[in-house]
Amino acid sequence: MTEASITTVRTSPSVLPRRVDWSDPALLGRVARRHGRDRYVMLAGLGALCVAASMLALLVLSLVILGHEAFTQTHVTLDFEISADRVSTDAPADGNFRAIIRDALAAHFPEVTDRRDQTALGAILSNGAQFQLRDMVVADPGLIGGTVSLAVPVSDPFDQLAKGLVDVSAPEANRRLSDREIGWFRVLEQAGAVSRPLNTALITSPDSRFPELAGLAGALWGSFYTLLVCFLISFPAGIAAGIYLEEFAPKNRFTDLIEVNINNLAAVPSVVFGLLALAVFIGWFGLPRSAPLVGGMTLALMTLPTIIIATRAAVKAVPPSIRDAALALGASKHQVVTGHVLPLAMPGILTGTIIGLAQALGETAPLLLIGMNAFITQVPDGVMTPSTALPTQIFIWADSPERGFVSRTAAAICVLLAFLVLMNALAVYLRKRFERKW
Amino acid sequence: MLGFLFLVILMASVLGYILNRQTARRLARSGQRLHSLSGFHGAFAVCLSGLPALVFALLWLLLDDTVIEAIVMHRLTVDQTGALSAGEISLLKSEIRSIAGGKVFGTPEPWKLDAGASLANLASTARLALFGAVLAILVVGIAVAQTKVVPAFRARQSVERVMSGFMVFCSLVAIVTTLGIVASLVYESLRFFERVPLAEFLFGLNWEPQIPIRADQVAGTGAFGWIPVLVGTLVITIVALAVAIPIGIYSAIYLNEFATPRVRAVAKPLLELLAGVPTVVYGFFAILVVAPALRAAGTALGIDVSPNTALAAGGVMGIMLIPFISSFTDDALNAVPRSLRDGSLALGATRGETVTKVLFPAAIPGIVGGILLAVSRAIGETMIVVMAAGLIATLTVNPLNSVTTVTVQIVTLLIGDTEFDNPKTLAAFALGLMLFLVTLGLNVIALRIVQKYRELYD
Repeated sequence: MTEASITTVRTSPSVLPRRVDWSDPALLGRVARRHGRDRYVMLAGLGALCVAASMLALLVLSLVILGHEAFTQTHVTLDFEISADRVSTDAPADGNFRAIIRDALAAHFPEVTDRRDQTALGAILSNGAQFQLRDMVVADPGLIGGTVSLAVPVSDPFDQLAKGLVDVSAPEANRRLSDREIGWFRVLEQAGAVSRPLNTALITSPDSRFPELAGLAGALWGSFYTLLVCFLISFPAGIAAGIYLEEFAPKNRFTDLIEVNINNLAAVPSVVFGLLALAVFIGWFGLPRSAPLVGGMTLALMTLPTIIIATRAAVKAVPPSIRDAALALGASKHQVVTGHVLPLAMPGILTGTIIGLAQALGETAPLLLIGMNAFITQVPDGVMTPSTALPTQIFIWADSPERGFVSRTAAAICVLLAFLVLMNALAVYLRKRFERKW
Repeated sequence: MLGFLFLVILMASVLGYILNRQTARRLARSGQRLHSLSGFHGAFAVCLSGLPALVFALLWLLLDDTVIEAIVMHRLTVDQTGALSAGEISLLKSEIRSIAGGKVFGTPEPWKLDAGASLANLASTARLALFGAVLAILVVGIAVAQTKVVPAFRARQSVERVMSGFMVFCSLVAIVTTLGIVASLVYESLRFFERVPLAEFLFGLNWEPQIPIRADQVAGTGAFGWIPVLVGTLVITIVALAVAIPIGIYSAIYLNEFATPRVRAVAKPLLELLAGVPTVVYGFFAILVVAPALRAAGTALGIDVSPNTALAAGGVMGIMLIPFISSFTDDALNAVPRSLRDGSLALGATRGETVTKVLFPAAIPGIVGGILLAVSRAIGETMIVVMAAGLIATLTVNPLNSVTTVTVQIVTLLIGDTEFDNPKTLAAFALGLMLFLVTLGLNVIALRIVQKYRELYD
């Protein structure tokens, strides 16, 4: 800026302008310094932007690298002999399927005869294998007496081994699998019994203590019910409140108070809403813990400001000429709103609603406080049954010590992010498709 | 069963609507001039039948459990419940409830079985009564609405009054929510301060909420001084701001002054993506990637870094806050009048000089407002710290150590089955009250600053 002031002096009429010597090294140096500083500011800005972008990239990349392992699950295909003395036709559900599995494995390893070794051998397969077999036989009792070939999931340590995540060169004491167990697994691999199909169980089965069996079905349905309740409450209430404040409310202290309140609610920490839900919905009203109903009501309170603000913006964007025309034709104020303003504002309201619901889908803290982080192995069948939600399921899995849950957590996050991207893309599409310039 | 109830209400509403509209249309066709359109007569039937039935059913469902439980508990004699503490009574309640649900564990006393049976009995009676009452409301509502279909009836005004009422009610939800937050926090906090003096809470230097649940349990005696928790929160907030402020402001400056429109069109939504990532994801990122990396770096430099170092939680929180600060800075820079920028450039200042010496000082109030909002966010942020920060409250300002925060304590105190009768649970509400007051104060100040500043240039 000093140069600028010099220029002012130079051009003042009382003093004769001195010719600027543009080749003066002192001047050139000053200019170069200033341009250097300019470049420095620009580079610092670019650097900051790059840091932010690289953090985003690191975040996504680490999740994908970790999570992609969980999208496949190692299976072993074995021939299970469903003999009639192990499983009776009268009560197939009570059959000794554990023994059938032990026999099927033993067929591959005739040299393992010791009882304890056979039990260790059984640990290759997931604990869920016997139930998978049982369900199959119960569904089709005609299998009893025959042999079925079935791919069953292997337990977590062997799944890690098959995916190359176990450092085989480490000292035996430092890994979860002994050399012998690894040897057994290699035998199965060489026999061609090991396969790694797409892990559909990740989406279709509910939670489990065993990583290889754990899936997101319960969490997905829980999130669905929670968001449904949230939508059913916040959408109509948000539109009604937004329209009232924009179209009907008199301008007075009271409506000012409502407005200030809405703005403040949007900034209240989410955990405080959890405290509110715990004290009021669960403590005073006696609603059940862990229920999607309570979760949905809590999230609705948090989403309401978003929808109200979006509604007001969308309603404000409808030109007054449309209202005037309708009023001139004899419509009542309510008819103008329901017949003209609301339909024209709907795309904007829907966009805001979807963005609000996407935020609600990722919200975790309030759901933790109302108990939606319980261990539940059933898919909820309504808004009153205890359940988890997608983000709380991620929290539970992130807290689980088993190695297999790390990749499953990352995979669950990928699922959550996919839903968020979908919802936001839908919002962007709606805005682009129906956006109107008046 | 309940779904069926709501289905009945819905179908009755549709029926009422159609019936009334048909009647109104018949009248109109017979040559009479109706005051309101037939659709309003139909909607009036809904306002008279479905709407009250729905409100009634919801209120009933909200309150019936509490009332029935109170009746059952009231019937028990004093010698059965008189000597029980609050915790034992709630245990008794859940036992009776599970007996009523058909799940009998062990061999409870006969009076408990009786209570369970009467609870189940009352519950089914209540359900039947609800169905009966709802049906009665629907039938009476539709019948009354039918009699109202006469040419002179101002159905439109009635329907619009109901609509206005609904809209006012919905606008009040925001106030009711705020009141609910304040009421629940203050009420539970007062109960907490009955047990723990306010001065001890505000100025105590020890936070050890692990108190014995049973008399014979070995546990700490419990200390509820929130200073270490507050200090931990501040440490993490400062770390977060130390990351977010420079990156946020510099990227906003770049986007605002140097970036070509194309770069801006790509980079701005990319930054906003950081704000859209759920915090539970950031938490996982912090424990899985950032904390081990920091620990490894510390080991390489010979510094002892705690696994739950405040740097990890704070740093990741800072990443989350970048778009927040950058968008506020961007807005503030944009709000500076064009003439200031043009004047500076016309005098020969470089773009960097214009931004740092003219635009930035003029935009400082707006940026400060944004930073205050970011502070409020950081203090209230929960999942990142729950996952990545420590649980033990140690009074330290060293970010390499593990510290705990207000939100972490709230969540850990309340996770799992909680009863509202011991200081451990109530302490969470006291912390929640403090959190609410602090963030509210910050938000109000920040919004004031931002608004004042906007008026300055408008």
